This record gives sequence, structure tokens and C-alpha cells, in this order.
Amino acid sequence: MNPAARYRALLNCLAAACVAAGALSSALPASAMTIERVVSPGGIEAWIVHSSAPMIALDFAMQGSADQDPPDKLGVAYLAASLLDEGAGPYDAMSFHARLERSAIEIGFRAGRDYLRGNLRSLRENRDEAFDYLRLALTQPRFDAEAVERMRSQIMSRLRREIVSPTDLASRNWWAAAFPGHPYGRPVEGTLESLPRITVDDLRSYSARVLARGSLKVAIVGDVDAETAGTLLDRTFGSLPARAELDPVSRVAAQGLGRRIVIKLDVPQAAVSFGGPGVSRNDPDFMAAYVVNHILGGGSFSSRLYREVREKRGLAYGISDSLVWLNQTALMIGHTATRADATGKTIEIIDKETQRLAEEGPTEEELMKAKSYLKGSFALGLDSSNAIASQLVQMQLDSLGIDYIERRAGLIDGVTMADAKRVAKRLLDHGLLITVAGRPEGLAPKEGE
Amino acid sequence: MRGASTRENVLNHLGVLAAAVLTLAAATGHAAAGAEVSHFTLSNGLELVVIPDHRAPVVTHMVWYKVGSADETPGKSGLAHFLEHLMFKGTAKNPAGRFSQVVATIGGQENAFTAADYTGYFQRVPRDQLKTLMEFEADRMTGLVLTDQAVQTELKVVLEEQNMRVANNPGARLGEQMEAALYLNHPYGRPVIGWRHEIEQLNREDALAFYRRFYSPNNAILVVAGDVTVDEVCTLAQETYAKVPRVVETKPRLRPQEPVQEASRTVTLADPRVAQPSVSRYYLVPSSTTARPGESEALEVLAHILGRGSNSRLYRTLVFDRGIAVSAGASYSATAVDATHFSVYATPKPGTDLRQMEEALDVVLASIKEQGVSEEELTRSKSRMIADATYANDNQRVMAQWYGAALATGSTVEKVNTWSDRIRAVSANEVRDVARRWLDKRRSVTGYLVKDTRSEEKRS
Repeated sequence: MNPAARYRALLNCLAAACVAAGALSSALPASAMTIERVVSPGGIEAWIVHSSAPMIALDFAMQGSADQDPPDKLGVAYLAASLLDEGAGPYDAMSFHARLERSAIEIGFRAGRDYLRGNLRSLRENRDEAFDYLRLALTQPRFDAEAVERMRSQIMSRLRREIVSPTDLASRNWWAAAFPGHPYGRPVEGTLESLPRITVDDLRSYSARVLARGSLKVAIVGDVDAETAGTLLDRTFGSLPARAELDPVSRVAAQGLGRRIVIKLDVPQAAVSFGGPGVSRNDPDFMAAYVVNHILGGGSFSSRLYREVREKRGLAYGISDSLVWLNQTALMIGHTATRADATGKTIEIIDKETQRLAEEGPTEEELMKAKSYLKGSFALGLDSSNAIASQLVQMQLDSLGIDYIERRAGLIDGVTMADAKRVAKRLLDHGLLITVAGRPEGLAPKEGE
Repeated sequence: MRGASTRENVLNHLGVLAAAVLTLAAATGHAAAGAEVSHFTLSNGLELVVIPDHRAPVVTHMVWYKVGSADETPGKSGLAHFLEHLMFKGTAKNPAGRFSQVVATIGGQENAFTAADYTGYFQRVPRDQLKTLMEFEADRMTGLVLTDQAVQTELKVVLEEQNMRVANNPGARLGEQMEAALYLNHPYGRPVIGWRHEIEQLNREDALAFYRRFYSPNNAILVVAGDVTVDEVCTLAQETYAKVPRVVETKPRLRPQEPVQEASRTVTLADPRVAQPSVSRYYLVPSSTTARPGESEALEVLAHILGRGSNSRLYRTLVFDRGIAVSAGASYSATAVDATHFSVYATPKPGTDLRQMEEALDVVLASIKEQGVSEEELTRSKSRMIADATYANDNQRVMAQWYGAALATGSTVEKVNTWSDRIRAVSANEVRDVARRWLDKRRSVTGYLVKDTRSEEKRS
């Protein structure tokens, strides 16, 4: 999952509770998982995990997504991604969908901030057919007028819901305030104003510029040997142009630290987004930051924010934050929701706990437990063939190396108390940008330094 | 996060939960082709299900109690869910937080869920930690200790959960009202999370009384999926759960049943924040537990043909062909002890009003009732549905969930195992017949989600 998608999934977790929150099960163990690097005759690389399951899963990413949207046509990448499986080659949308369903093939595309991601799932016996449909979707998307209008309407309908949802509003405004004037500050899905302006030509131009082999990362999990995989890769991706034509995106750091922005909304519970700059995935301090962040507000039931805000005071149902890394910036960003009259107090606690961790660092016990958790939890997150494929693509995007899973525990063990303290200061000692949607009490809007 | 519920989620298709809902609706109760599942009962009445999955050195450990919101005493709605939260507050042997700390330290995952018919607790850990989990979970089966302080703080958390899931979300509020209108007599009409004014009054004594009434090995099902053998699980269960005494005698789950429903109902929720109106309808239909042989399966196929994804009748007609809706679909929650609901919904495009939307929805329903479904639709849908069983086998949690939910609602391991075959056997005539018999408006409630323009004017 790319960072933007990861962040959206977190929101889903909060909302969908038991269904989504427990990323359970694992199709394959991290320890026992052998990843094979395959390069097709045509030069396309993929990481493959062999599995005896009677199905095959594929995940891929290409660079160039919402970050490439023209400023007056936000949502081009998102709309284009939604249309790739809405008719391709000789098949219009209806016939394409019917074919996929008849063979129980799932193909999906989604546009994040930096990457277009796609995935496929098929029964083993329908594998070749599945890859054919994926090829058609990538190389001959139709963008028929009917489909464009239909998907545009669907996205706009969803947007109309989101722009009155406190959680979405807090988050949207957080990104806008953190990255004014930068693509990262703009909504990936576009806006109610921008979407009607997008033409079929815009969509064609996007797909022609971005869908390319140059930055392609692929992973496959299934019962497939290297030679067959090579053939499938060439057949599916081989006819794409070698290089994408991407507009450069500038390096940027989250702004607005110290600001408190209130979006007035008449709801009983205020939604809060909070965060600031993070640490890049390729920064030597990344793993220390990952551990420190877990202690502050990572996903388990034992983080400081969870303990102070929920367990001790009952101020919120959920509170967590995570590190997010994009190509041109890195963030830590968190979310919670609390009743109107407790909003000021909740934010005070978030601020205080963040500052306390920055100044004092974690305790020995916290550090030990966080490292232990993070080592153990990784494998449990690989809970299906598609989850494994997605993780393998992420590892390629992050340039972690094919042996990363074996090295990972060592990297976590290597985080010393001195590292944790130093990085806690680096990560957390700069104040937070906080956005609130609701009718919060005890909180005044504040401009940053 | 802890909490929430299957039923509740399935109901909230108007809200943000749509994606998760469809997945779950499709998953619940489906079969797990291929796995050799063992099922037995300990002398204290605890049922055990073991699902071997040796692809990873991990286990999923779930305890399902056959108690949910529909088993609450009237006036105490939300109690089953509140108790689920309080189950994390410690026992005499293991003080508050220790269980979660141990799970976190080994990198494990844990959570819990409450539904109308069951309450579940689960963890996922490396296989060598299974016994530790079993010890903790067996301990809290009867050993819960609650302080007033813990109860009061947790009550605030649950009220925030209610705010987040319901009060802040007009679609979810409508879902609650529709459910309440659909059930004239049965407790399924109460929200799993509870009515807010009743949640506010819940206390320590309520929680402990409910706990003592329902939490007992003979009212529970243990599901262990993962890298284990039946013998191992059996031995470990003998050393842990088998020592928990049976503390109550279970009684048949006899809830007040629905009378003959004679009047279609409509409910409207108007909120100034609604920017996207929608219409939905719930029909009262049999569950897989109450249905005559073959009927529940036919309803599943009907829901798929009518409303799953962009090949469905509703989507094709209302979104593709007529272009008057942005989305439309149907779902059927088969897994329930008593009569459940079959839902259809449509979200209109700007320019289509809800009346027109509903009429168009009715035209699609009428056509399936009159003309039935084509062989092509039937074959395509069935092959897609049966593939779900294979895809589910790829995920240990989903597998454990199927068996647990089935057994907790009066179904059997055998029924889960034969799910694919039973779906394969459904004929086009049977699909048409269940549509005719069960999509009867007199047994339904139609809900409209609309923008409240009046109160907006008042505000400005």
C-alpha cells in the first residue's frame, strides 16, 4: 500500500472496527517466505512468492498519480484509475465487467498521491484470461463517454458525502494547511468544482503520459514458475511505453506547525487530525522514528495516547497516529474524535504527551515492548496473497532490498535508547498542526509561529 | 478498535462502511472448501472448532459467546457491547491491561466484536504462544473483576463510539431507525451499540449480572485456525478451558418473534448535513437458520444477481441503462438466529428525486419477480460466489469468522462445509420464487435520507 492509501485505510479501520481493524491471518510466514526475483525476457522485473493456493494474486505500482494533476483539473489521475476497468479493447464497460465476473477475476486500480497502484486476483485456472484483461485495461482503456460520466458522478456523489463528514473534513483541511500550493495539499479525488472540468482528452493524456514500464514495480503470489511469470509479465506490461513523462514535483515539508484550525460543523463529536513532519523511509533514523511513533500513538492498545486519552479518561473511542512517507515529504499524522466539550482537553493531552516524549524519550520498558511488538506484528499483517503482493511492491518502492524481511528484526533491535531519545526529539519537538471539524469547546483557533 | 458489530455494519450501507459491509456480507456463512475442519465438545460444554492452516507459523484464536444485543433485557440496550469493552478490565488473576500487554509484546493482534447474536474475542499470534492465549481467555471466561472507576471511564468511551458510529453520521442514524421500524416485536430492532439514553444508564451491576448469566464454557465456541493440529489444540484445551466450570445452564434462545407484518413502513431522516440523498429498503426475510431448505441459498443468489457489483440488475438498470442513479445494490445477511433482512438501495443522480428513484427500484424488483433470472445471470453469479470460498481460504481470519458466526447462530460445521454445493444447486426458478415470496412490501421498511433545508435556514 502506498502511504496515502495506508492513511486512508487507517480511517477505515476506525470506522469499520472489527471487520477491518484486525489485519489478521497470514497466508505465508515472513520467515518461511522465499521471494524470488524474476526478470522477464523483455526486462520487466517482478518479485514472486510461490504458493500452492489455487489462486494467483498480483500487485503493481507506477509512479505518477495525483501529484501529476493539473492544478485546475484535480482528480484526473483518480478518475482515470477508476476508469481503467470500465471498458477496454473490444469490450465496453458492461461486457468487460461481465467477463470478469464470469471467471471470478478481480482487477482494481487506485490513484494515490505518488503512485498508481493496481491489483489482480484470480483462480488458478483463469490465470491467463485474467492477465489478458489486465493488459487490455492498461494498454487499451476506452474512456467511453458513458463510463466517464458514470464514474465522474460516482466520485462526486462520494465527495458530497465526504465534505460533510467531520473525519474527512478534518483530514482534508490538515493536508491543505500542511502543503499550501503543493500537489500534496490537494485532494486526490479532486473537488466538486474540478471534476466537471475534466475531459476525455485529459484522461487519455494522463494515461498516455503515466502508464509506462519505467517505474513499474510488480509482485506476484501464486502457483507460477519463473518462466511462466516472465511470459505473463511481457504479455501484460510489455507493450507499455518504456518511460513515463512526469512533471517534477518539488520537495516539501509540512507547514503550519503550532496552528489550530477549526472547521465549524454542527455535530456532537469533533473530529481531530494532528501531525507534523516525519522521517523519510530512506533516512537512517527511520526505524528509530518508527519505534518512537509506535510508543506515542501506534496501532496497539498500549500506546501513550491510547492510554492517556482513552483508557484513563474515556475521551475518545480511538486515537492513533502513524508515519507516512511520500516521495517528496515525510509525515506523522494522527486522528481522533471526541465530544465537543472535551475537545480542548483532548488536544491538550495530545500536545503534552507529544512534547513529553520529545523531551524525555521513552522508558526502557516501553522501548523493549515496542521493539518486540513491531518485530512480531509484521508477519501477522501479511494476511492474504494480495496483502503479501502489496507488501512486496511497497518494499520495492521503498528500495528496501529483497532480503529486507530477513534483516528487519535486526534493524529494529539496532534501535538503542540513545537513538530513540534523539529521534523522539527530532520527530516530535516542533509542535503540531491540528485541524478540528465540529463545534469544539475549550479550543481557540491559533495561527502558527 | 474494540467494539462494533457484524449486524450493525451490515446495516450501515448508507454510511461510510459500504466497502467493508459488502465483503462481510459476502463472507459470512460461506463455506471453506478444502479445509479439514474438526469439531468437538469438551465435558464442560465448550465447543471447539479447529481449522488447520499450515502455511504460516501463526494461529488465530477466537472465542465466540452465544450472546448478543438481541439477548439483552429490554431497557438495557447496549449491554452486550458494553460488557465486551469491560472484558478488557482484568480478572483476579490477571489485572487490567496484562492480557493486552502480553499480546502486544509478542507482536500479536487482538480485538473483539459484538453483534445481535454473538460476542467474540480474538487474537492472532505466533503459534508457540497459543497456550498463553488460551490461559488468559479461559481465565476471563468467569474471572472478570470490575471496579466502578473502570466501568465509568469505559462508559465514556462507548458513548464516544456511539457518537462516532451513529450520532455523527446521518446515514447510520437512518439505519437505526429503519431497523427499529422493520422489527415490530423482535429485539433485532434495537441497535447493537444501544440507544444512547439507555447506554448512559448502564452500570457495573448490569454488566456483571449479564456476564454471569451468559459467559460460561457451555455457551461458547472456541475456534482455532492456523498452524496447529487437532491433537495439540485438544491437549491445550484440556489444560486450560476444560478447567473452567460450567456456571450457568444455557437456555434456548427464544426471542419475541415477529407478528404477521401487514403494513409497509417508511421512515425519513432529514439532516442539514445530508448532501447526497439516498433511498433504501429492508425486507424481513428468513435467515440461514430459520429458512426452509434451499431458501436461504436462493436468497443469497438473488442478492448477488440483484445487487452485487456493477453486473447486478440494479446497477445495470439504474446506473448503466437509465443513468438515473450513481450507485445501487442489494445485500442479504444470512447469518442470524432469527428472521433477518434483505436490503436494496439506490443513490440518485442530481436531478432524480427519491420518489422517482424508489419507483425505478420497484420496477427492477417487479421484473425479477415476474420474469425471474436468466441462466446466464445465474451461472455467472454462482461461479463468482463459489470462487469466494476459494478466496476466503486464503485468509485465516475469514475462515475462523465463517465457522464461528455459523455455529454461534445455530448453524453447523457441516452446513458451512457444503455451502458451495448448496449454492451450486440453486435453480433459476428458486431464485424467482424467493423473490416473489419474500420481497413483499408489506414486510418492509423504506428509508429516505434527505437534506433538512428548514433547519439550515433557521441556523443562518
